[in-house]
Amino acid sequence: MKRISVFALLLAASGLFAEDLPRFRWENFTTAQGLPDNRVYSVAVDGDRVWAGTDNGLALYDHGKWKVFTTADGLAHRAVLSLALDKQTHDLWIGTMGGMSRYSAGRFDTFTQLNSGLANDVVYGLAVQGDFLWVATAAGASRLNTRTGEWSLYNERNTPMYEIWTYGVSAAPDKVYYAVWGGGVLEYDVKTERWKDYNDPDGETEIVLYKDQGLIHEITTSVSYVNGILWAATYFGASRYDGRNWRNFLDKDSGLPSNFLNQVKSIDGTRTWFSTDKGLAYFDGQCWATWRPALDTHAPEMLVRDAQGAVSRVPVDTAPAHHYIFGVDFQGGDVWVATAKGLSHGIRLDTKGTSK
Amino acid sequence: MRPRIMALPLLCAAVSSAANTAKPIRYPSPDDMALSADGSRLYVVCGGTDELVAIDRRTKTIAGRVTVGRLPRGVTVSPDGSRIYVANSWSDTVSEIDATSLRLLRNLPAGFEPTGVALDGRGEFLYAANRIGGNISVIDLHSATEARRLVAGRGTSWLTVSADGARVYATHIYPNPGKFRSPPESEITQIDTASRTVVSRLPLHNVAGVFHVAISTDGRLGIAAQMRPKNLIPLAHVEHGWAFGNSLAVFGEDIGGIVQLPLDAIEDYFSLPFGVALAPDQSKAYVSASGSNEVAILDLRRLVAAAKSRDAASLANDLSAAARYVIRRVPVGRNPRSLVLTPDGATLYVANRLDDSIAVLDTARGEVTATIPLGAPAELTAERRGERLFYSSNYAFGNQFGCANCHLDATIDGLSWDLEPDGFGVDIVDNRSLEDIGDTAPYKWNGGNPDLQTECGPRTERFFFRSQGFRGDDLEDLVSFIKSIPLRPNRFRLPDGQLTPAQERGQAIFERTIRKDGTPIPGELQCLVCHSGPYHTSQVLADVGTGKPTDRSPQIDIPHLTNVVYSAPYLHDGSARTLEEIWTVFNPNDKHGVTNDLTKDELNDLIEYLKTL
Repeated sequence: MKRISVFALLLAASGLFAEDLPRFRWENFTTAQGLPDNRVYSVAVDGDRVWAGTDNGLALYDHGKWKVFTTADGLAHRAVLSLALDKQTHDLWIGTMGGMSRYSAGRFDTFTQLNSGLANDVVYGLAVQGDFLWVATAAGASRLNTRTGEWSLYNERNTPMYEIWTYGVSAAPDKVYYAVWGGGVLEYDVKTERWKDYNDPDGETEIVLYKDQGLIHEITTSVSYVNGILWAATYFGASRYDGRNWRNFLDKDSGLPSNFLNQVKSIDGTRTWFSTDKGLAYFDGQCWATWRPALDTHAPEMLVRDAQGAVSRVPVDTAPAHHYIFGVDFQGGDVWVATAKGLSHGIRLDTKGTSK
Repeated sequence: MRPRIMALPLLCAAVSSAANTAKPIRYPSPDDMALSADGSRLYVVCGGTDELVAIDRRTKTIAGRVTVGRLPRGVTVSPDGSRIYVANSWSDTVSEIDATSLRLLRNLPAGFEPTGVALDGRGEFLYAANRIGGNISVIDLHSATEARRLVAGRGTSWLTVSADGARVYATHIYPNPGKFRSPPESEITQIDTASRTVVSRLPLHNVAGVFHVAISTDGRLGIAAQMRPKNLIPLAHVEHGWAFGNSLAVFGEDIGGIVQLPLDAIEDYFSLPFGVALAPDQSKAYVSASGSNEVAILDLRRLVAAAKSRDAASLANDLSAAARYVIRRVPVGRNPRSLVLTPDGATLYVANRLDDSIAVLDTARGEVTATIPLGAPAELTAERRGERLFYSSNYAFGNQFGCANCHLDATIDGLSWDLEPDGFGVDIVDNRSLEDIGDTAPYKWNGGNPDLQTECGPRTERFFFRSQGFRGDDLEDLVSFIKSIPLRPNRFRLPDGQLTPAQERGQAIFERTIRKDGTPIPGELQCLVCHSGPYHTSQVLADVGTGKPTDRSPQIDIPHLTNVVYSAPYLHDGSARTLEEIWTVFNPNDKHGVTNDLTKDELNDLIEYLKTL
């Protein structure tokens, strides 16, 4: 009994009780509120402002109003797949289906495979690393030195990238990771300037023979590298790698609502968000939560899976706009969510369910 | 690496020759200026002698000098007056100087070709406008490191901080990249010094070439000197009207937006406006014309009234408008650049760059009352005489413009022009760089001028100035100056002269003689055949498939490639906005070198090599 109490205290101290999972009131934005399209592929928070990349333009939420930018304003293409904010300059990098744009205080500059060294015009992912911009394209990785304008391309000719369909990128001062759709994860070591690949030890199959012995699957869609911890999202589960050990997560043995993941985004290496086709999921290291309109009734739903694996339903009044989630970004304790049917703002509540 | 091997004997010969000749004559060439905090001294940046000169305002004599970096262009003083900062445009540094001892304290890192400098109100962060970089370095003065770089306009050059230190305003001398043959677009970049980010960009439509900007003491009014080039219509309109709209951008809360107002009057043009100063009581504004060697005194209240008038939007192209607000135009020295007004508004200092002097203008009398010489050599070389001709607008019809209107600071203007009086849109030409071109004949994109005398003499007279031209000794002097325009430092070469791996791979592509499939590349399609020699041109004409139906001939003069990285846009008509587009868009049939067998990364390597030339 005493042992249990100590364990409970430890859990409480680390905030790992299921009741400590965040609560949100969801406010949803669609074309009715001024978004250019309900299909929102990407979201990026810049202080009080929020950028949304949609299937039909870029939108900025500022002081309660949406402002829309289109190709007429200089945007490279209407379909905005990815966004990355340069936190130093507050310039926004915008990946589209037809090139990449930089938005800087009202000015768009566009980079394409024709007018620049960009590898390909389909830009799935972006990451800012100091003076470098790392780009994930449909024809490999590109790196732009924003001070010199030099482009470096990384593909099957100079890396272990046997597939060149790069889908996501995450950059830290020491390492850069790429999610390669069908090619696992690629790691770039900044110090040695060398590339290394991580693949599914079970090969290109959906069978998991050795669960925690490597990347869960080759079809990776997103990576997140924070505090030395790598998270990888695939269409067949999620993986966590601390530099020595892999740990994999599947819907059958975790709180993931689905193995089909579009994005993973970690706050600190432990607290991590997952964008899936069946809802938005959060993992605090022990417990899981999922928010979505219920798949059957579409009623607002919050599911919790505690550290022991017990699943419960928390009564909620609101939910994200749709269960198909493309991506998230954070605004203090709040979360902004890109979904297939609108952009959602999760306004953080205290554990009693009142606004903070 | 053939070009460098060839250059070595030339360099040795030059060193040997230099040892036997006298030291080159250098002229101070004052450019930017700033007052000391107590107002007792005027600090003058002298780009020709690489120094900062301190002038005692009371005695009107030189109080001291300090050598700084190469080709200094901008200066500012710390809020407490203890430090002076000088932008060394060819050293890519900013010198910090002790204001009392005039001792160089340290050199701070900046970007490519820092030109203007400004400090925030607390003296903690220094801003440097990088002309080649097209950006602004934010330098942390505590750590002496560049904290970040902000995107600004192409050719970012001049900075002004608001009186409260809260805002920095930046201008740029080349237009931002745009579509081929579209009106040039520029901006005034506004930086918030608290967040050290760009917060807005005031759009300047139809503008290319923006120079100094001044902000009123209450921060509600800004004025920038600018040009509105009329490059989309044939230059035949020189004699019919107006080639450059020498004008002002007037903006701020007092205006409620941004309005462009002309400084030109009918047959009385105000060529190449540069420096701007505003009277502290906001009664007057002063603008220098670096081509027509004048300072205009403007009634500021009438200027604001014009900017707020109902017809304000149409005034930019109205040659009668300037009469509303220009009170007087005062002749000053040659190529007047920076203007500095004393805090009481009584005295205006004018940097006469090509007279190596500072004019002292009594604002009450509206005339120059003294001239302070900066110690120029007595001898006037042919190059210096030619430089004065280059910047002068006295030769064009109506004194409308000079060589320097298009070749800003002897470089380019980033525009393509319709020079010939043979119809609209025929033979559009890109403005080419003048750096180190003395031995690159023939000249002109059609190679029609066998030497610079032809290019700058009768042809300039006929096709550009439509009036008198340069002849006899004047012509020889002008050619001497043009031949003396040096190459700017190339920022893409490693300091030790070696190439990066990407540049090495690009060099191999540049010099290759066989395709990737092993078949030989015909000589005329090898990069190194046409772009051979120390200037990377074989100096003949070639048809590389880039001719347009509007060109009279597809035969194009093979351009030199030295510092080609700085001279966008590209091709004879400027239709390629970037080096990449030369091959990704305009070389579908491999007529401009064999490039279609290259992968994208190989093309990138080729471009990285070209940047080093």
